[in-house]
Amino acid sequence: MVELEQNLNQAALTQLARREHYTFFGLTLPYLVLVGAMIIIPIGWLFFLSFVGRDGSFSFENYERMINSKAYLRIFITTFKISILTTFFCALFGYPLAYFMSQISRKWANICMIGVLIPFWTSLLVRTYAWLVLLQKKGLVNSVAVDLGLLSEPIKFVHNTSGTLIGMVHIMLPFLILPLYANMRAIDPHCVKAASSLGATPTRAFWTVFFPLSIPGLLAGLLIVFVLCLGFYVTPAVLGGGKVIMAAMKISSNIELYFSWGAASALGVVLLVVTMLILLIASKLVSFDQFGQRS
Amino acid sequence: MKSIFMFKTAVIAAASFGLASFSTASLAEDTLRIVSWGGAYQKGQSVGIFQPAAQAMGITVKEDTYGGISDVKLMVKSGADKFDIFSSGAGGCASGGAEGILEKLDYSVIDVSNHLPGMYSDYCAGADIFSVVAAWNTETYGDNGPRSWADFFDVEKFPGTRAMRAKVDSQLEAALLADGVAKEDIYKVLDSEEGIDRALDKIRSIKPHIAVWWTSGAQHAQLMKDGEVDMTTGWNGRFDVAKLDGAKVSYDWKTGIMDWEGYGIPKGVKNKDLAMKYIAEMMKPEYMAEFAKYITYGPTNKLVYELNLMEDSRARQMPSHPDNAKHQMTLRTDWYAKWRTIAAEKYTEMMTE
Repeated sequence: MVELEQNLNQAALTQLARREHYTFFGLTLPYLVLVGAMIIIPIGWLFFLSFVGRDGSFSFENYERMINSKAYLRIFITTFKISILTTFFCALFGYPLAYFMSQISRKWANICMIGVLIPFWTSLLVRTYAWLVLLQKKGLVNSVAVDLGLLSEPIKFVHNTSGTLIGMVHIMLPFLILPLYANMRAIDPHCVKAASSLGATPTRAFWTVFFPLSIPGLLAGLLIVFVLCLGFYVTPAVLGGGKVIMAAMKISSNIELYFSWGAASALGVVLLVVTMLILLIASKLVSFDQFGQRS
Repeated sequence: MKSIFMFKTAVIAAASFGLASFSTASLAEDTLRIVSWGGAYQKGQSVGIFQPAAQAMGITVKEDTYGGISDVKLMVKSGADKFDIFSSGAGGCASGGAEGILEKLDYSVIDVSNHLPGMYSDYCAGADIFSVVAAWNTETYGDNGPRSWADFFDVEKFPGTRAMRAKVDSQLEAALLADGVAKEDIYKVLDSEEGIDRALDKIRSIKPHIAVWWTSGAQHAQLMKDGEVDMTTGWNGRFDVAKLDGAKVSYDWKTGIMDWEGYGIPKGVKNKDLAMKYIAEMMKPEYMAEFAKYITYGPTNKLVYELNLMEDSRARQMPSHPDNAKHQMTLRTDWYAKWRTIAAEKYTEMMTE
């Protein structure tokens, strides 16, 4: 009798568990539909269009073009080079700033945060042109430096790779600082104190305790910055002076040149696939999960 | 307090609803939307042509800027309805027409009987004539700047930074003129991959001196205004406007490559008939004469000259004035129809080297 009751109980529990599963699935359904409609279908459509030639039939011409013209390879190299450099400089400038902000009182940290966020809320186009005005040959920086005798002739800051990097690092910095700062704030300060009480120097305590704990935030920031950089258009177009041609710019000029979606889609597909490959390799080299569990 | 808030909301809602229904009604009947290139150019068009012509017909014309024939393509292919008429270079219209995204213009409605020869096509009703020239900074070179394309490409005789267009249009012609090809032979030489490579090699030879590849007329005018480069290729009218604005810039008609701009209609616009009538109105010489007061782009309608609608001193500043035109070559859109994609890819390859 008891056994039977237990069995009934078990059956009811299983049923309940199953019902719960269905409920959860039902609750995620709107999200799944959204992902399907907003991401999967458009990307599938992108892949499909990249195989449509100019005459509307199935063709590899959009990919052949990328192999035949050396410009495409160079553009992809430029795109990844600029994105990696921007990400690197963002980490170089962003990490110390986020660390500083995490160590001071909340009040002052909030004031610093306003300093990070105000440029973040300013239009990207405005900030890009502001850099152009500041850094061009007869711009504010060069003319002041030449007038003061600091420079004998103006430095070429813009219309090249360095100008593009200055603009992009400035625009991307908040994307690195925000997740990193949130992560650093969450690190228990007692951990570092414990390390010190066990005799670690401040440097040692930072590198063995604080830094590893901040890696998840750093990785999240690096990833956001890197992926956003890959699709950048305005800043390299304005500050690069035509010398920094990134994939997004070629996508736009291909629509104009070929009057076909395919010529642009193929570039998008290659950019997407190469990016996913890079992230896959990166995730093999640096185990994201490992750091995720440690925090 | 709450009731006041609700009252306000109701008023705003009612007002916006009223406005919305009013604007859709007017859009259907007597409103046209026209797009052009912005800046000094569109300002001249707006004050000289678009608004006076609209007033004469008793219709409303709304203006916006756009990014060229690719925007027309995007609009037509995606079924969006954003504008009824666009202003475009002859080459842009020709390629759009070949792609089947434009309405054929009805020349029984649009009167082009007084147009200069060749200044209209199936898909483009010519409105003004402009030139690509080599402009120099008079602070750097005084009056003795590059007065020919050979000078522009001579970095020893004229040391200094240069800017060229990030797109192939009219840059290869300039390079070949610099390489010693006669202006009547330019398109014969360019009619092969070797000819295109020859022009590109000429540009390669001065590439270290090219500081900027420009993408818009507003940009190359600004480059000269700011003294960012010492010389650049670009549109004559933009330089004239910049000069009035205080820029130290000059150019010689001997570098001129003449081209023309006109109006086209995207395929499938609802207001096609009205758009056609409006283009017909804009072809009248008095509008073209008025437009030319704002920017130095010459009229396509020769009645402007025959009826003396323009002062002689102003007429002499136009690229199409006989005294200026005789030095220049004329851009051929049929070459672009045949070679644009090949030349453009090679040009990008050269730029990214």
